[in-house]
Amino acid sequence: MSADDYFREGDPVADTKAPSGPISERWESRRFSGRLVNPANRRKLRVIVVGTGLAGASAAATLGELGYRVSNYCFQDSPRRAHSIAAQGGINAAKNYRGDGDSVHRLFYDTVKGGDFRSRESNVHRLAEVSTEIIDQCVAQGVPFAREYGGLLDNRSFGGAQVSRTFYARGQTGQQLLLGAYQALERQVAAGTVELHTRHEMLELIVVDDRARGIVVRDLVTGEVSTEIADAVVLASGGYGNVFFLSTNAKGCNVTATWRAHRKGAYFANPCYTQIHPTCIPQSGDHQSKLTLMSESLRNDGRVWVPAERGDDRAPGDIPEAERDYYLERRYPAFGNLVPRDIASRAAKAVCDEGRGVGPGGLGVYLDFEAAIGRLGKDAVEAKYGNLFDMYERITGENPYERPMRIYPAVHYTMGGLWVDYDLMSNIPGLFVTGEANFSDHGANRLGASALMQGLSDGYFVLPNTISDYLADGPFEAVADDHEAVAEAREAVNDRIEFFLNNDGDRTVDSFHRELGKIMWEYCGMERTDEGLRKAIGLIGDLKDEFYKRVKVTGGAGELNQQLEKAGRVADFFELGELMCIDALHRTESCGGHFRAESQTEDGEARRDDEQFSYVAAWEHGQTGPVLHKEDLVFEYVKPTQRSYK
Amino acid sequence: MSTDLKPRKAAPAKAGGRPARSPRLRSSIGLKLVMAVSGLLMVGFIIAHMAGNLHVFEGRESMNDYAHGLRTFGEPLIPHESLLWVMRLGLIAAVGAHIWSSVVLTRRALAARPVRYASKKPAKGESRHAAATMRWGAAVIVLFVTWHLLDLTFRTVNPVKEVPDAYGAVVAAFAPERWPVTVFYLLALVALGFHLRHGIWSAVQTIAGPDTRWRARWQAAALGVSVIVVAGFAVVPLAVSFGLVN
Amino acid sequence: MKLKLRIWRQSGAEAKGRMVEYIVDGISEDASFLEMLDVLNEQLIAEGADPVAFDHDCREGICGACSLVIDGQAHGPQAATTTCQLHMRKYRDGDVIDVEPWRAGAFPVIKDLVVDRTAFDRIIAAGGYISAPTGTAPDAHATPVAKQDADAAFAAAACIGCGACVAACPNGSGMLFMAAKVAHLARMPQGQPERHTRVLGMVAEHDASGFGGCTNTGECSAACPKEIGLDVIGQLNRDFRKAAAKAA
Repeated sequence: MSADDYFREGDPVADTKAPSGPISERWESRRFSGRLVNPANRRKLRVIVVGTGLAGASAAATLGELGYRVSNYCFQDSPRRAHSIAAQGGINAAKNYRGDGDSVHRLFYDTVKGGDFRSRESNVHRLAEVSTEIIDQCVAQGVPFAREYGGLLDNRSFGGAQVSRTFYARGQTGQQLLLGAYQALERQVAAGTVELHTRHEMLELIVVDDRARGIVVRDLVTGEVSTEIADAVVLASGGYGNVFFLSTNAKGCNVTATWRAHRKGAYFANPCYTQIHPTCIPQSGDHQSKLTLMSESLRNDGRVWVPAERGDDRAPGDIPEAERDYYLERRYPAFGNLVPRDIASRAAKAVCDEGRGVGPGGLGVYLDFEAAIGRLGKDAVEAKYGNLFDMYERITGENPYERPMRIYPAVHYTMGGLWVDYDLMSNIPGLFVTGEANFSDHGANRLGASALMQGLSDGYFVLPNTISDYLADGPFEAVADDHEAVAEAREAVNDRIEFFLNNDGDRTVDSFHRELGKIMWEYCGMERTDEGLRKAIGLIGDLKDEFYKRVKVTGGAGELNQQLEKAGRVADFFELGELMCIDALHRTESCGGHFRAESQTEDGEARRDDEQFSYVAAWEHGQTGPVLHKEDLVFEYVKPTQRSYK
Repeated sequence: MSTDLKPRKAAPAKAGGRPARSPRLRSSIGLKLVMAVSGLLMVGFIIAHMAGNLHVFEGRESMNDYAHGLRTFGEPLIPHESLLWVMRLGLIAAVGAHIWSSVVLTRRALAARPVRYASKKPAKGESRHAAATMRWGAAVIVLFVTWHLLDLTFRTVNPVKEVPDAYGAVVAAFAPERWPVTVFYLLALVALGFHLRHGIWSAVQTIAGPDTRWRARWQAAALGVSVIVVAGFAVVPLAVSFGLVN
Repeated sequence: MKLKLRIWRQSGAEAKGRMVEYIVDGISEDASFLEMLDVLNEQLIAEGADPVAFDHDCREGICGACSLVIDGQAHGPQAATTTCQLHMRKYRDGDVIDVEPWRAGAFPVIKDLVVDRTAFDRIIAAGGYISAPTGTAPDAHATPVAKQDADAAFAAAACIGCGACVAACPNGSGMLFMAAKVAHLARMPQGQPERHTRVLGMVAEHDASGFGGCTNTGECSAACPKEIGLDVIGQLNRDFRKAAAKAA
């Protein structure tokens, strides 16, 4: 059976909105060519924004400021709890405040290269251009970025970048940026331009006459299912890393909003591109509900090692130097412990697969600060990493000053998402997608400190400019509550709820989610193979069948019912998981966060195949399986090269 | 309690389009300011009162002269007992404001936690004794002040009725056979001490809002003032009870 | 380890609640407190009973969703630690643990341990922002900010809006939460133009939401998982006094 049996190929798809011409003029040219909406007409136009993270809150606030009527939804109890809050490291911007040779073009270049040549040049260049405005905007909002004694903003180099372009607020940059956006959003709530619906979950997209016209939501407190009609719908609902059950995502992160849109016709692009972060605290047992990331900066001073012999279960301090394998330093003498995320992650998996892993289940490697403490002194190490060491000790109960940390890779970010054009509009007119929920800017791999940049770029600066071109045709015809499309969407939601509540099952939702996560991690995680992916597709299909037969959801529809919420999300994760595996199966090259064991160099490095795969894989939901639409990628400014960290 | 999770929209504009003027004095911080200022006025009075009491150790004449001096202060430029009346009125206003603000705030505090915790917790805040001592301490102080006025101001319950003989009244009030009065007085002083220890720095926190370093200093200062006040007041009845002053 | 839990169960906002006893067994000391509750819930579902509803999301101590009063202490016994970061190695086999929701009139119970904290959002909407519409900002380096001001602003801005301060306060006051935002913005030059209107608006909303006043006991700060100090309340008081005097 060839990979083609799982899907069929449809017509290519093209980004028709992307302007041509010199790359540095494209964004300006698009802003000029896009139509505007008269300020007096804006209040006649309603825009739904789903999600209140960086991309959602910034978009809702900005659209509100412009005078549109905005309805903003989130499943959390407050917009401030969206998972952007947890981003630690920082946000990139091509300010060149350090005079170290940074520029918009360099950030553009680094991002295209970092994305392993699987992103669109036009989008990435716009992101780099807008990056500087983001910092200005956030400073004006009072975001307390780190500063130097002279009062100017501090910058650091992040994720192996050769320039210092990362702005940060201690280890809580995401929190501070999100609070800035949240406060701007609350200001609009007070001004009456934004209606905020917390503890509401989008469960269906309403498409009328081929336009996205609204959503079906469930009030998570009362259980009431209702619909809202608007002139445009913006999905800013984040990534889908929780398909792996264990990830650094928040427990509530889910794919439902984007997956429901996908089922209504929106293309899902590059679902297999998953970023795995090497420095997470390993799983300690079966009770584990999520994984915690520790800043990558730890690798600046920590040395990664495992015992040289398999099955060596001595305490780390009892293993003599000669019997340790500092495998990153050994394999990558030039970069050592600072190799990029995907390489460090795969190397950790490799040594654990050899049976040399440490800690519970043998799923961990040591990150040792003994040398750093010897060299710099304990106080200096504490000043640099004290809060991370404290966090590690709280979670593991081990003191990292005395015993090496144990780390293991974990799913962290998903580069794939709904397909969008240059205007951030999906192939369904009126459906816009921003932030991690779309696929657009990071290609096959995201650079450190670029997620925050993209979320805010989309929300503050790109979408509010591009959406007007679409809304200029509005307001669109009123849609009655009993319109066929509305009623059908609402019925679909109610039917699903009824199904789960009435299913005579005996297994909890979490037990299925855990099992799905294990399959995904095993076969569609750090290293994928043709055989493994095929097996995974079979296993997921079987598990999905069992899920619908045996899942048990207690409680009723008309109340706060957290099991019911989870059941719907996990049901969507099953379908997404299948598509991820199909995408990973069809892409027989290795690129960025997608490593196919069959496509590697002799010394085990990823091998891209630009001849065959220099395209975006945009998947359409078909009744008989997914349909692949290819969008060819053209590189006019950054010529594809193969990475090397030897 | 019901929850209202309707979508949050802006509140409808008030008639005339102007937001209502916020009653700042009755806001939780306004009331605290009232409490702080009135409290500090009373602290000033208490310190002066305590210092005045110490005249008792200089003998009957000195004590009675001091008491007399308070009544005749400024005469004949200003009428008899002017200073005393200014102080009395000021004190009455301060006491009234202090009690009013504390009653309003206490009622709000009770309403702010309609359901209590089933599990008791050990307090661990910087001023952990405050929650337990401020309110009952205040009740003890009110009871005491009432007795104190009847005893040493109006002399209703004091054997010495002649107003000019303050010394005699003090000696009579704390005579060894009246030991329960002395015990009550000392108990009230303990309550006052705790009240001042929290009240003084709390007033400074409310009015001046010191930073972390200064907050610690003010907390220490408040403790010092409380100890001095309690000691200064306690020494008089103790001296009388043990016959050092008679 | 085996534990006896006494958990507040309340089926809905209007329902009467009570403490209910449960036994959980086989809890790993490496599990977090919430993972221990996950185990209980799996057990309850298997029995066909209604699992315990509780708010949680990031489980790494930053989103501010988790909100349990454990043995009378907001976020439990460990200082500077949210419930999700509290681990069971703090407990011993056979321990009895009481779990209650945040108790405040301004935070009505929705179900079991889940409370409604939208009052906090309303306080922010009443002035906890700097009006800087998108696209109007000057260059980020146009206004230097002294490092000590930026650091102090950050320390206050570290608030995660969990509401532990309210839960721990003997008066059910939201003062520490509000003061943290006032202090953050008051230390930034960008926050100056609205400094006075901000504090008046936020205090009015705080009081209208039914929070109590502050008596400076410091319970809020002791319970705060981000260790926000009482100095922010001092700053709030100072700014309020000045703003009220100016507006009078």
